[in-house]
Amino acid sequence: MSRFGFTITKARFIDYESNDRRISEYISEMEPSFLRCIECGCCSATCTAAGFTKFSLRELNILIKRGENKEINKTIRKCMLCGKCTLVCPRGVNTRNVITLAKEAYQKAENHAV
Amino acid sequence: MQFDPFVIPFNIGLYFIVLYAVGRSVIWFRELSRADKLRLQRGFFGPAFAMSLKEIFMESLIHRKILKTNWRLGYMHMSLAFGWFLLIFFGTVEADVFGTKHLNAPYKAIFFRFFNPEHGRSGFEAAYGFLMDLILAFILSGLLLAVLKRFWSPAVGVKKTTKLGVSDKIALTSLWLIFPSRLIAESFTCGAYETGSFLTGSLGSFLASFLPTQEMAYPFWWLYSLSLGTFFILLPVTRYMHIPAEIFLIFMRNAGIRTGDRESSYSEVEVHSCSSCGICIDTCQLNYSAGINTIQSAYLMKGIRRNEDVKDIAENCLMCGRCDQACPVGIELYPIRMMERRRKSADHEYRNLYKGYLRSRFPLTPEKDNETPSYSYLAEESPEKADVLYFAGCMTHLTPSIKNSMVEILNASGLDYKFIDEKGGACCGRPLMLAGQDREARELINFNSQMIWKSGASMLVTSCPICYKVFRESYHLDVEVLHHSQFIKRLIDKEAISLKFLQKNVVYHSPCDLGRGSGVYEEPKEILKYVSRLEKSRYEDAESLCCGGSLGNLKLSSEQRRKIATDAANELTASCPDILATACPLCKKTFSSATSVKVSDISEIVAEALTKTSVPKYNALKALSKPEMANV
Repeated sequence: MSRFGFTITKARFIDYESNDRRISEYISEMEPSFLRCIECGCCSATCTAAGFTKFSLRELNILIKRGENKEINKTIRKCMLCGKCTLVCPRGVNTRNVITLAKEAYQKAENHAV
Repeated sequence: MQFDPFVIPFNIGLYFIVLYAVGRSVIWFRELSRADKLRLQRGFFGPAFAMSLKEIFMESLIHRKILKTNWRLGYMHMSLAFGWFLLIFFGTVEADVFGTKHLNAPYKAIFFRFFNPEHGRSGFEAAYGFLMDLILAFILSGLLLAVLKRFWSPAVGVKKTTKLGVSDKIALTSLWLIFPSRLIAESFTCGAYETGSFLTGSLGSFLASFLPTQEMAYPFWWLYSLSLGTFFILLPVTRYMHIPAEIFLIFMRNAGIRTGDRESSYSEVEVHSCSSCGICIDTCQLNYSAGINTIQSAYLMKGIRRNEDVKDIAENCLMCGRCDQACPVGIELYPIRMMERRRKSADHEYRNLYKGYLRSRFPLTPEKDNETPSYSYLAEESPEKADVLYFAGCMTHLTPSIKNSMVEILNASGLDYKFIDEKGGACCGRPLMLAGQDREARELINFNSQMIWKSGASMLVTSCPICYKVFRESYHLDVEVLHHSQFIKRLIDKEAISLKFLQKNVVYHSPCDLGRGSGVYEEPKEILKYVSRLEKSRYEDAESLCCGGSLGNLKLSSEQRRKIATDAANELTASCPDILATACPLCKKTFSSATSVKVSDISEIVAEALTKTSVPKYNALKALSKPEMANV
């Protein structure tokens, strides 16, 4: 099959009722600027880690907010915390703290502390 | 009369504190590492001993450094410390010379007037009484300032004074009561016997005119003894522990012991040496620009002393090092804060008053080794060989004009160089270190080290002070690491590039990690003097401000950062210069949006000043390297 670059996305169903939003809530409580994110993608465009591997903070933000937490724990550790995303963010989201808090929240979720 | 029950509280307090200080010192000494023990022993029997004694006199008693920073605050500290010392010293002499016998118990000197009420009627005795009154007046004047400061801090020239806990408040009240109660007790006794000098004598005869002095004196002697006793008993769990701890600290520091990056009994002594004088609070930009006044080093020290969870305090800091520089006690605040950042929060036990008297240090949890690496996606690279490496750094990639200027300068110099992160490299690792994630940082350090090592270069130039600091301190590279300001300075000295003079007025802002962090102050200023008219700002060298963009702080919101940046930019551009120069891409980025004055990095200014006249190709790297540079 030839690749045209246009794929039909697989039908998906996001259930906000059953998804685990604890991590998203933990982050927004500790760092309210997380809620300001408009998912513009400036952070992903400037990302140092993204130069080496598939890593997008924009995607992570969306997934965390939806409560689709699988695999994020591993992905989020690809971040080098260099801070470029914080500087380019047009909404003033403290992205470095969002990532640190996300790591913390996963740690706590594993220990059933959140 | 040789004894009275009222001296008992004082005696209990005194013997307790002496025994406690000795015991604690022994524990501190025992817990030092072997090397530090040897250092301390050698220091104790060498010239360092004399230095320490001098420093104890100048800093613990006179408080020279506080006097220099703020004379009113310094006078307050001096009058209480030095005045009290003089009172004890001359009081002991008085009791020894004029008392019934020599070598008295301490309480005889402290309560001399009570046991010798007839003393001081005439001649030499009266003159000595005058001296004692003078010392008491000296202390009381300082105490007046202290009380004023507590209720209206601008009176002593500090914007904010430290907030206190309950035990601190009780200790403070007892300290405040000591000298007034002594004054009143002595005055009553003097009034009854018609003795005393200008202070106690006149107050005594005034009180005698309408009060039964003989009966009134006794309760005040009790109060005096009780407040002394309470103060001594509470001393170990309050900030007043700095009185014995600072003496120990001075001996240790002069013996050559440093904080390092591990918790030790030295860092514990440092934490106890903090007197909460509040100088760190006044210098902190988070305090006066962003209105955050709970996280300053004095509070960090207090939190550690009380075994509280100080994670939030430790993390909400720009790590600019201004307080470290200003601390009159010389506590190394920066490494202590880094230790707390590395600590996992579970290490803390919560506060318990009685625990305050015991040692309260918990070992760091060892790092887990079995964790999977985070950056395994970084593929091994095999870079081209080159003499000079240029590492722009993440922040420089966000400010491409700095990168382009550096490329221009490097091209003009004709050196054989390689731009290693031209297409974006890995982070240097310092941001992770600042967040207390050393294991992750180490992975990035290994990756970058390998690349640098493989290129076979002898010099590494970086545009970012953040990278520069970590390259120098944590990489253990065998190449010479230069910040681009140092590199350009060498190019100018060796006439490898030719520059024209720009008709511009420039103010230089020294970045935290380059200036205070790495001690590079002169090179950037010399370059600027070479190409422009460099103006002085109020914040030179070690006193330079932080732009507020610092990666050291994870918690600060963008609004607070902007506030710090605007305040700092306004201070720096007070003289309306043409350019606000800096040597850090992050400072440039932060200041650019905070001021209307043009903000430039040094490399941009130099690139602008580059003349196009052909410079002889300069290929001898050797002439640039260190041995030849020794005489520059």
